[in-house]
Amino acid sequence: MLTTEALVKELVEKNGRTRNSLMPVLQGIVQQEHYLSEEALLCVAKELDLAAADVYGTASFYTFLDTVPRGKNIIRVCKTITCHMKGKDEIVNTLSNALKIKVGETTHDKKFTLLTANCLGWCHKGPVMLINDEVYPELTPQKALEIVEEYAKSTH
Amino acid sequence: MSKYLVNLKINNMPIAVEEGTTILEAAKKLNFRIPTLCNHPDLTVAGNCRVCVVEVKGARLLAAACATPVSEGMEVFTNSEKVRVSRKHIVELLLSEHNADCTKCFKNGHCELQDLSSEYRIGDHVFLDLVRPESKIQDISSPSIVKDDSKCIRCQRCVRTCAELQGVSALAVVNKGDHQKISTFLNKPMHEVVCTNCGQCINRCPTGALTERNYIEEVWNALYDPSKFVVVQTAPATRIALGEDLGIPVGERVTGKMVSSLKKLGFNKVLDTDFTADLTIMEEGTELLTRLKRALVDKDEKVVLPMMTSCSPGWIKFQEHMYSDMLENLSTCKSPQQMFGAVAKTYYADKINIKAQDMIVVSIMPCVAKKFECERPEMRDSGYQDVDYVLTTRELAMMIKQAGIDFNKLEEAHYDSILGESSGAAVIFGATGGVMEAALRTAYEIVTGREVPFTNLNIQPVRGMEGIKDATIKIKNVKPEWSFLEGVDLHVAIAHGLANARQLMEKVRKGEAAYHFIEVMGCPGGCLGGGGQPIPTSPEIRKKRTEAIYQEDEDMPIRKSHENPEVVEIYKEFLGEPLSHKSHDLLHTHYKPRKRY
Amino acid sequence: MENNLKKVDIIFEVDDKCTPLEVLDKTLKRSADDIILDLIDSGLKGRGGAGFPTGLKWKFTRNESGDVKYVICNADEGEPGTFKDREILDRVPEKIFAGMTICGYVVGAKEGYIYLRGEYNFLLKNLMKKLEDFNNALKKRNIDFRIFFKSGSGAYVCGEESALFESMEGKRGEPRNKPPYPTVAGYNSKPTVINNVETLVYTTMICHMGPERFKALGTSDSRGSKVFSVSGDTPIPGIYELELGMPLHEFVNEFGDGDTKAVQVGGASGHCVPRKKFNDTIIGFEGIPTGGSMMIFNSSRSMYNVLHDYLEFFTEESCGQCTPCRVGCQQLLKGIEAVKRGERPPAYLDDLKKLTGTMKIAAKCGLGQSVGNPFNSIIDNFREEIIY
Repeated sequence: MLTTEALVKELVEKNGRTRNSLMPVLQGIVQQEHYLSEEALLCVAKELDLAAADVYGTASFYTFLDTVPRGKNIIRVCKTITCHMKGKDEIVNTLSNALKIKVGETTHDKKFTLLTANCLGWCHKGPVMLINDEVYPELTPQKALEIVEEYAKSTH
Repeated sequence: MSKYLVNLKINNMPIAVEEGTTILEAAKKLNFRIPTLCNHPDLTVAGNCRVCVVEVKGARLLAAACATPVSEGMEVFTNSEKVRVSRKHIVELLLSEHNADCTKCFKNGHCELQDLSSEYRIGDHVFLDLVRPESKIQDISSPSIVKDDSKCIRCQRCVRTCAELQGVSALAVVNKGDHQKISTFLNKPMHEVVCTNCGQCINRCPTGALTERNYIEEVWNALYDPSKFVVVQTAPATRIALGEDLGIPVGERVTGKMVSSLKKLGFNKVLDTDFTADLTIMEEGTELLTRLKRALVDKDEKVVLPMMTSCSPGWIKFQEHMYSDMLENLSTCKSPQQMFGAVAKTYYADKINIKAQDMIVVSIMPCVAKKFECERPEMRDSGYQDVDYVLTTRELAMMIKQAGIDFNKLEEAHYDSILGESSGAAVIFGATGGVMEAALRTAYEIVTGREVPFTNLNIQPVRGMEGIKDATIKIKNVKPEWSFLEGVDLHVAIAHGLANARQLMEKVRKGEAAYHFIEVMGCPGGCLGGGGQPIPTSPEIRKKRTEAIYQEDEDMPIRKSHENPEVVEIYKEFLGEPLSHKSHDLLHTHYKPRKRY
Repeated sequence: MENNLKKVDIIFEVDDKCTPLEVLDKTLKRSADDIILDLIDSGLKGRGGAGFPTGLKWKFTRNESGDVKYVICNADEGEPGTFKDREILDRVPEKIFAGMTICGYVVGAKEGYIYLRGEYNFLLKNLMKKLEDFNNALKKRNIDFRIFFKSGSGAYVCGEESALFESMEGKRGEPRNKPPYPTVAGYNSKPTVINNVETLVYTTMICHMGPERFKALGTSDSRGSKVFSVSGDTPIPGIYELELGMPLHEFVNEFGDGDTKAVQVGGASGHCVPRKKFNDTIIGFEGIPTGGSMMIFNSSRSMYNVLHDYLEFFTEESCGQCTPCRVGCQQLLKGIEAVKRGERPPAYLDDLKKLTGTMKIAAKCGLGQSVGNPFNSIIDNFREEIIY
């Protein structure tokens, strides 16, 4: 795996050394490292010649650009109204119990972070969750557990 | 190029204004004041506080007057029922997320939100209190700037100041929604981030969210302590602006009244930073000539040019962060404040027979970066902290009020001697281009034996408010010992405000400009627009202060630093000559690279 | 029960005899002005919710001088209850690409961007492949236009067009002051057409079938059809293309579960219509406009919870820059909680309603301006549920 510095350089190379590239660069880091570490933010600031506070201010605007450590798999359960109506609480509780973490926390083995999210755009098939970029609609607590177990098995 | 005129009506009164004028500006011409918070004459338009909303006939939405250009046939109402209700709501909303503990606030009486709230008679609080308890924990980590998030109304004036005027962006808007706030990189304490302590953010903060770290109580305690001999020095720009905080119009000089008030406050001696400004010219001017000689005569490849001034501590820290590869360009001269401290606790202490450890040196400065500067570990060459406390012009005004002194009625007094005599060259240190002008007046005369070839010694090309100025002075008919400068074109440049400084540095780094000498002041307008000067500030206010400072120069009997008799005296009695061993020990320093991001 | 609800198949229609590329070929043979005239004639209004006439938007941008212009497809579908763009992107992306290319031809733009919300990243793999094929096809035809993807990262407000530009420029997604409008200064401060996903597909289809067939649908204020996202208490949730201008009761007859108490039309930022108003509510620009979200609530639902959910959403998703929205949303949310707990009298709801009046006219962008829609329509119709 690339060091953070090398990763940032590669992303900047690919997307261009301008402010307009900031989002794809930050997104690329999160893709690899699951969150934006202090080191990563500073590397980006340096490569794009932006103030560190400016990079942080921009990142912190976006829900998916986390600046606190996250697990290898980030679970986001939709909490908006129709998913709420269709039982998102049960899904969250089930996952929370199974992973032994509360919403917002990361498991000790750093495999999972459990979060809730605003409308994911699957209101007709709620409850729904994202794990990383993958979407899992029409969940039941059982189904959600099975999916997460699959991830647990394949994550090292 | 003349612009189209646009016809409109504001509160039924017709007016024609140039295309591109905002509703706010047009209303002002008709003498309708529209309240604003996020708007500031030095900054780009934000349009986010919404206090300036006005009704435009036929429009579904109210328009932010600061951000909406006029259009043909527009009919604007600045005080309709809709406007009034909305404006009041907006002020109420701001108050609901504001720690409105006004009586305990440093900005009490100087707060734009407080003014608006009182103007609209916001009495019983309709809305719920949203202030987060954790936001009430102030960041006092910086010796210069105190940040109190509970007072912040998110107008982003500080953020724009730091980005647009200073090119630093120590402060940024972070998070969104109800968690949005103004913060630093990863919410670190102010002293840990790339901040120059310039305090321009303080000058533009409408509330008490950003204030100077104040040392008023410490200074009172020193004054009350019979075992301490307390001397005070006053920076050039303070005498121009102090009056603004004490009911005197902008642009009116108060030098004599200031001295008088300091004596009344109980300072044992009232002395002048202008004295060490003159001393700076002697040291810095000689340093420049020495560097030029090494470059032109000795062909010394190690000599670094252009030489850059080092009076402005905001600029110094900026350079240490941003251009740490160019620290050798900086003059090794300490700033006048620090030269003063070092001389006061050695030469002066001896002269008046006071032990250095019993002496307290207080500075009155137009600057908050000076508070940081006096605490730098390099600034203890007297064996003690050379300058003990730095007060801003604003803090001095507060002390004067606290002491019940009727400033307006004060008689004028003179600085004590010694360390109180100064020249017109020293006082213009307070304006952008002033150090350059002062240095040229002296250096040119040293080299040629003649006064600078400008009417009445006023070197107009280095004056004015352009962000970056440059000028070329032809050196002719030099004295024999300076023959290597015969016919040389001396190229100089001046920048004020750190965003301009950055532009100039980039030019220098790329080798696009071959300057010999560069003056940089961290704040727009120079020290007279400093972060410690009375609030508000604007281009117009700085212009008036500038006019006043040049008038002060013209009114001085001595106009050139090298003619200051006390300066002549200190070299004779104590320092020997400029750049002597003793000078190096007391008046010069070095700089250290700091993190860039 | 008799039902006149007219289902339409324009958006997702697959015509093997005329692919989107063939529509493009056919259209680019016409003059830009003719295309604009057709669009204006069709009466097509933006399908993202705001409903600006699409033909005019293209015309204004075309009339701007300057070499660099942009076409942007707003695929930042974030309005709660809306999911039709995802389906369109998944099923008929070439129609979007074709619409963007036609637009580029009309206004004189060489670059198009699709700003896809981060929540839909899983679509990217497939979309990139199809886009590559499409860009190659453009290249082969010597059409000087290329399309690129940009991803969002979880910020509802970026669906606001000027916030979207800010985000594309690598900044916080904070809406800009208007004017200038995007047609004058949009992405990179250049003249920009920004259209919703569905709108772009309709432009392709109007170029394909002519304005007449489109115009024949809908009402005089609301021409054509629209894709609806139906969710909530319905036995048949999903995506339906329906003629505009339908009375809400017909919609409820078709999609309700027989116990419908209210329909939230237009997503969280839209209006809540109670059963007693179903008969005289028209879905369209003359009645209640919608970006397509129709959330159905039956009598088992607490409207307090519904409103609370919406307000929590807006409180979190406000960009935070302007006072009416940042503070207003928090006050509304905390305000109904305080009334529910009895800490404020029921009359406090009226103070909050007045506050929404200010938010509606004084907030900087559509987000803050529209929070009053759900607030007032739910408070007015279900006041007792909010209080007790």
